[in-house]
Amino acid sequence: MNWNDMIYILPEVILTIGASAMLLVPVTGGRGAKLSAKWMMIILLAITAGALIYCSHAVENIDQSRQLQAMFALDGFSIFFKLLFIGAIAMLVMLSEDFLAEGKYSPWEYYSLLGFALCGMMFMASGVHLITIYIGLELLSLSSYILAGFYKSELKSTEAAMKYFILGAVSSAILLYGISLIYGVCGSLNLLDIAAAMSTIVTNDALMFGIMLLGAGLCFKIAAVPFHVWTPDVYEGAPTPIAAFLSTGSKAAAFAIFARIFYTGLHDFHLEWNYVLATISALSMIIGNLAAITQDNVKRMLGYSSIAHAGYVLLGVISLNALGLRGILMYSVVYVFANLGIWATVLMLRRHQYAGERVDDFEGLSRRSPLWAFAMVIFLLSLGGIPPTAGFIGKYFLFAAAVQAGFGWLAVIAVLMSAVSMFYYLRLVVAMYLREGVEAEFAITTPLRIVAGICLVVTLALGIVPSSLIDQAVLSSSHVAAHAALTPHAGR
Amino acid sequence: MSPALVVFLVIGTIAVASSILVVAMRNPVHSALFLLLTFLCVAILFVMKGAEFVGAVQVLVYAGGIMVLFLFVVMLINVRHLPDERVLSNFWKGGLLVGLAVFLLFFTMVRPGVFHDPVASDQALRTTYTYRHRKVHQPDGTVVRKLIRRGKVVGNSEAVGMALYTDYLVPFEVASLFLLVAMIGAIVIGKRELSAIEEENIPAYMLERSETEHEVKEAMSA
Amino acid sequence: MTHTLLPVLIMMLIAVVVGVVMLALAWFVGGHARTASKQEPYESGVPSLDENRKRVNVRFYQIAMLFILFDIEAAFLYPWAVIYREASTGAQGMFLFGEMLVFIVLLAVGYVYVWKKKAFDF
Repeated sequence: MNWNDMIYILPEVILTIGASAMLLVPVTGGRGAKLSAKWMMIILLAITAGALIYCSHAVENIDQSRQLQAMFALDGFSIFFKLLFIGAIAMLVMLSEDFLAEGKYSPWEYYSLLGFALCGMMFMASGVHLITIYIGLELLSLSSYILAGFYKSELKSTEAAMKYFILGAVSSAILLYGISLIYGVCGSLNLLDIAAAMSTIVTNDALMFGIMLLGAGLCFKIAAVPFHVWTPDVYEGAPTPIAAFLSTGSKAAAFAIFARIFYTGLHDFHLEWNYVLATISALSMIIGNLAAITQDNVKRMLGYSSIAHAGYVLLGVISLNALGLRGILMYSVVYVFANLGIWATVLMLRRHQYAGERVDDFEGLSRRSPLWAFAMVIFLLSLGGIPPTAGFIGKYFLFAAAVQAGFGWLAVIAVLMSAVSMFYYLRLVVAMYLREGVEAEFAITTPLRIVAGICLVVTLALGIVPSSLIDQAVLSSSHVAAHAALTPHAGR
Repeated sequence: MSPALVVFLVIGTIAVASSILVVAMRNPVHSALFLLLTFLCVAILFVMKGAEFVGAVQVLVYAGGIMVLFLFVVMLINVRHLPDERVLSNFWKGGLLVGLAVFLLFFTMVRPGVFHDPVASDQALRTTYTYRHRKVHQPDGTVVRKLIRRGKVVGNSEAVGMALYTDYLVPFEVASLFLLVAMIGAIVIGKRELSAIEEENIPAYMLERSETEHEVKEAMSA
Repeated sequence: MTHTLLPVLIMMLIAVVVGVVMLALAWFVGGHARTASKQEPYESGVPSLDENRKRVNVRFYQIAMLFILFDIEAAFLYPWAVIYREASTGAQGMFLFGEMLVFIVLLAVGYVYVWKKKAFDF
């Protein structure tokens, strides 16, 4: 490994330097502290994104050393996800401004933690080695625990952070134990080496056990049933922008590693794990959607709905074909944008720290702000998977992948449960359009408007003209798919 | 029985027994001390398996640092009156069942022979080569300088270092980020806002000695 | 394997002997003033006879936590120091040096932050 390799991790290096600098700006005093933390962060994210795009072109001429290759990949798949993460974080920065100003929290620490979380997510997306993936995941998780407890004075927030931390630590331990067993059997933690070692193994109990534990740890991170119990509580208790972060960016990162590990590393044992994951996926869709119906708290409802969405994305992992991988990529984008739009609305409706989260708060929104209510309908339709929104395209790919892989029954459950999900999504629509609302004040600030606008445009544009997203997903997944030797297993 | 086996059995028994005592003890401070004993026994087991570095870290970080944290927590949460309940909670049956199930799972699935040839790779990992010029006395009396390659099985710390700072460079650097975030967390979560600090930063016992002590002193002087 | 650890055992024995010798010297050479306050074990200003589970200020805990973090940092330094001489040949040497520098600088950022946040002030 040498200095030339650094260009591969240049975006992460820039982000790290920037986030560290932001940490030190306020404490060193001087003129820096007067700058706007928000704009510094946005600029930092822009530079990171620029560096990422620059690197993706520049690396073609540079030989990556073998050691870095075993750890870190700057391929289409990772660039796709990294750009998504940067976009999501940028929007979260916009969403967080009012929350920080209201609570008089120091924005510098908050943004720098978001920056470190993003750094962890980027390492996750690029990790082709279980250690890189694990340490990236831990960096993300640790930052999230802290951010979830950012309302220090609120008991609910502390409780959320505590629950999240303890369950997260246990799941990390389980994940690590699975990783160690896989290492014991395969002799390497590089996903390609694991795949190579697995192709020579017919059956091995310790390996099966390792895969089980690894899967359980990952299912916790994406909040799939039966590892989902923390989700509603944490989403409810955490500061709303952080709940938005946990349900979008953080979750998309977990989808990315789920896809990478199972597609590149564990595909040879497909027959052994696919039914377990199929059960988990079915349970997530059923329990997530049914439980969401009974919720009066929008944050909890979004928590359960995110469990259900984890179930949909698992379809893409289970089917283990090119269509499924593309589905995961596309669904991550679709889900992030629609969800962020809804979270922006929840934030807008808040009147004090925890309001804006009851279904009642949405009543009469159409009269108070027709455009915003319309945007909200689009986001909800997208989450429900109704055309012409982007959600339909994402779901279409995932369900088609499942059917193609012989999991027709799972696709049927998924379609049924999508219909069920419309029930509680429409509940919000009914509240917005058909109920008389109390004349409550709410503040539509410019940042919120920008975020909602971007989400609306993306959700509609990708729904009406999906070809650009599909092309990008095909391009980005091709590299991972090439590793995975997908076709031999489709008919096995 | 070889001496190593005897040591293993003794240390292993102590480790298991003290880890049971960690959960069985009533006084949290006693639990913490048994945890310390468990850590030390595990460190010895690591050393016996040739993982000296991990053993040293176990002592340094766990027995040294983590234990301090545990004791702080015990003191911080201020368990003045322990609940007069049985030590075993109502969940012990379920807990035992889960524990047994996990044990059986480990016992049946994780056994020698299923793993990737550990001995050979262990030797390969631990072998480093050094090149030295040596003066070699020939039979006819002349002295010749020769380049000699020596493969030696190095210590565990060297093997760890070689892997950590070459192959595992990226995770290693991210680990420092991880520590940095942990530091921020310790401050952000633990620190009150600056205004609140002014009022309460002097620990109470520095201002006045507690009544208990006065009473004890009086009793002693009497 | 066992004989390579012999120096460690010897060092431990020496440590024990040194400790015992110092205590013994203090006992035999030093004076014995038996006042009430001298009878108390030295406890850094904390009353020695008190309830044993007293509520401790959270900032002690913070210090302990920060100590562990730097402890772990130190643990990373050992293997680096062990291999540095042997592994640092030519450009690789600067690289090894640089990577550890990056590691330490990142933690130094944390150190400055913690310092400026007055976490070490009591």
